[in-house]
Amino acid sequence: MNSLRKFVTKIKVPFEKGGKLYMFKSTFEAFETFLFVPDKVTTGRVHIRDANDMKRTMIFVVIAMVPALLFGIWNAGFHHFQAMGEDAGFWQMVWFGFKRIFPIIVVSYVVGLGIEFAFAQMRGHEVNEGFLVTGMLIPLVMPVDVPLWMVAVATAFAVIIGKEVFGGTGMNILNPALTARAFLFFAYPSWMSGDKVWISGLTDGTGVVDGYSGATILGQAALDHSQFVNGLGEVYTAWDMFLGTIPGSIGETSTLAILLGAMILILTGVGSWKIMLSVFAGGTVMGLLLNAFAVNAFMAIPFWQHLLLGGFAFGAVFMATDPVSAAQTERGKWIYGFLIGLLAILIRVLNPAYPEGVMLAILLMNVFAPLIDHYVIRGSVKRRLKRAKVQAI
Amino acid sequence: MPVHKISYFYLFITVTSFTMAEVIKIKKGLDIQMKGQAEKIYAKAPRAETYAVKPMDFQELTPKIIPKLCDPVKVGTPIFYDKYNPEIKFTSPVSGTLKEIKRGERRRIIEVVVEDDGKDTAEKFLQGDPADLTREQIVENLLESGLWPMIRQRPYSIIARRDRKPKSIFISAFDTAPLAPDYDFVLKDMEEDFQWGVNVLGKLTEGKIFLGLDGRYPSVQTLNSIKGVVINRFKGPHPAGNVGIQIHKLDPINKGEVVWTVRPQDVVTIGKLFKNGRYDPSIVVALTGSRVEKPLYYKTIRGTAVAPLLEGKMMEGENRVISGNVLNGLKIDPAEGHVGFSDAHITVIPEGNYYEMFGWIMPGLKKMSASRSFMSTWLTPNQKFDLDTNYHGGERAFVMTGEYDKVLPMDIFPVHLLKAIMVNDIDLMEELGIYEVDEEDLALCEFVCTSKTPVTKILRQGLKNLRSEMEG
Repeated sequence: MNSLRKFVTKIKVPFEKGGKLYMFKSTFEAFETFLFVPDKVTTGRVHIRDANDMKRTMIFVVIAMVPALLFGIWNAGFHHFQAMGEDAGFWQMVWFGFKRIFPIIVVSYVVGLGIEFAFAQMRGHEVNEGFLVTGMLIPLVMPVDVPLWMVAVATAFAVIIGKEVFGGTGMNILNPALTARAFLFFAYPSWMSGDKVWISGLTDGTGVVDGYSGATILGQAALDHSQFVNGLGEVYTAWDMFLGTIPGSIGETSTLAILLGAMILILTGVGSWKIMLSVFAGGTVMGLLLNAFAVNAFMAIPFWQHLLLGGFAFGAVFMATDPVSAAQTERGKWIYGFLIGLLAILIRVLNPAYPEGVMLAILLMNVFAPLIDHYVIRGSVKRRLKRAKVQAI
Repeated sequence: MPVHKISYFYLFITVTSFTMAEVIKIKKGLDIQMKGQAEKIYAKAPRAETYAVKPMDFQELTPKIIPKLCDPVKVGTPIFYDKYNPEIKFTSPVSGTLKEIKRGERRRIIEVVVEDDGKDTAEKFLQGDPADLTREQIVENLLESGLWPMIRQRPYSIIARRDRKPKSIFISAFDTAPLAPDYDFVLKDMEEDFQWGVNVLGKLTEGKIFLGLDGRYPSVQTLNSIKGVVINRFKGPHPAGNVGIQIHKLDPINKGEVVWTVRPQDVVTIGKLFKNGRYDPSIVVALTGSRVEKPLYYKTIRGTAVAPLLEGKMMEGENRVISGNVLNGLKIDPAEGHVGFSDAHITVIPEGNYYEMFGWIMPGLKKMSASRSFMSTWLTPNQKFDLDTNYHGGERAFVMTGEYDKVLPMDIFPVHLLKAIMVNDIDLMEELGIYEVDEEDLALCEFVCTSKTPVTKILRQGLKNLRSEMEG
């Protein structure tokens, strides 16, 4: 360890200002701080610091996403072989899913981090760790057969337009991963919706079992079906929906895996349980309302099923909780989360163009989050002014 | 129940509710458990060669030196005054000669050093019962003796201005900061002088004097029978002992109002001034920290050089010596530095200037964190930590939310306040309650901050900007 440290200190020299490799300083520092927590000490009146930092916080979010990722890898394989009518073992399915998903992750990180490194260098800052999380979120909200160049373009769009133009990590208004998805949704809609993109191999079509439909449950509901079946015509059970053996974006299907991630986030204090809970609450309320006034099959879907379907759980746990784009006051978080849940189910059920409303609900509430915070703060300010008036009398 | 028994019952309830001090529960905050708590024993500190008064101990002070180098001084002789408030004088704690004026960056005076002759020849000051004196006389006596700077003023935490009438005076007689001295122990035999001090302060305000005591140990009786004060007991994690939190709960500061605060041993010294007509600079200082061999309480003199106190007690290695506590203190040089004017606490911890490989992903059994992402929180929740001065990361933009709120028991939005300061929006700063906070109140926010934001530095800048806007 000591010799490695000495080595790094030695090769650091040309990266400093005035050195030959100065233009890669931010990149070098990113790798250096990846290997070593720096030796900087406190100055000023507060002499000690919490051992937690941005890197650790972000890594725990990534760790929390791993269950959903692992399940998604298996699920991609599972559905592919089902669509092909072939038998496959567990590890075969996992290997297939890995082959399709790993490149997406690589593209996301390479493009995103490359752009982040460039911007950090331009600004003379250290590279912020925000993309450690975004880089994993983007693949998890993609359909499994998404072309890699699309992932690259979407990531570039999300990082540059969704984040860097505002000032980088900590300054963005919209959730960057959702910005990527929204970009693809509006730019290449046939690749992001329909009933072929969610299962690997369907778009291509060769070898697919006759009559196999890759429609998601929400896709079927939008067509006013009252029973939801898989590609082979078998009815989906609630357990299927909870476990996640249904088609959908890579990481969003397994409510179980997502809840595991939620537990990790809450236990380590990294994710806001208030937001998660209020999103589920809002969704429940809207689901119940729609059930009460149901005039079609979509509205009649039991409220609890909504929570297991589509990107609802994933959005609630990993997207809505992004601290930068969410409401920042504690009271505001309740309102923000509740409205997300409410609007997501509303958009999903009543809008014929989008069988999935979570992404749009979150992006909309991202825009309104500062307004929510503003009114919460005004409340506190009014209390303070009222107190001053009372004292003066 | 028979009638007469019922009435005794109600009498009992009423009597106990009058005599029982109110216990105010503080829910938010964080107790940082560290190694090196001082043992409850006294030792007489060895006499130092030099004693100093440090302008750096006081906010926004521009000192003007009075005597010339090598001039003789007595205990209580003024050695410098505030350039913009010349009646505020700072006096020597010992007799001897003016030895040195230590300067720092841009020739700012950081220490005014007196060489001790060991004789403690003292100036004489007005002696008398505050009940028999006018406010003017009391103020004059405090100014002349150099004890006036013991009275701080909120907002801004500057030295009190004699022409402002405070709406109340607050004394917090317990300290919840890490390794802080136990004031029940320290003040045990000082109650009479403390009462004199309270009587003096009582003449300075038309409002109340609030005395905050430790609510965690309600049976402790020290200071319980002080008269002329409203006693409240506070129970909760740090910063329950901070005077700013107590003010917020009992008599919050609105725009235009002023509250004065005095530290407990300073109240004692003020009391002694009026009782004996002399400035008695003795003070009890707790020497604490993981780098101290057998931490204890030293009976010493204000402004003492720290070297004799550390002699034979500070362990080898790179250490940081702090006059104050780890959340609110000034770094002092172990060989040349002096203890702060009102500081009753010295902390010595290791410097953290080392690299740690993959430190950010390690389980961290010996690391302290308010988040629960370290094994130490789960496996050894009662561990006392050996904390050092390492940053544990690099400075980043504001990302996480809700961190500061967990450790700040005030109706204030700290992040929004900091952002208002950063864009210098004076109106917004006022609306968000900047008048109510001081660095020591936000110190825990700086400690827990995942983004390593220099919270207290930003706050101080905001207070400075605000004061120059408001007072020109």
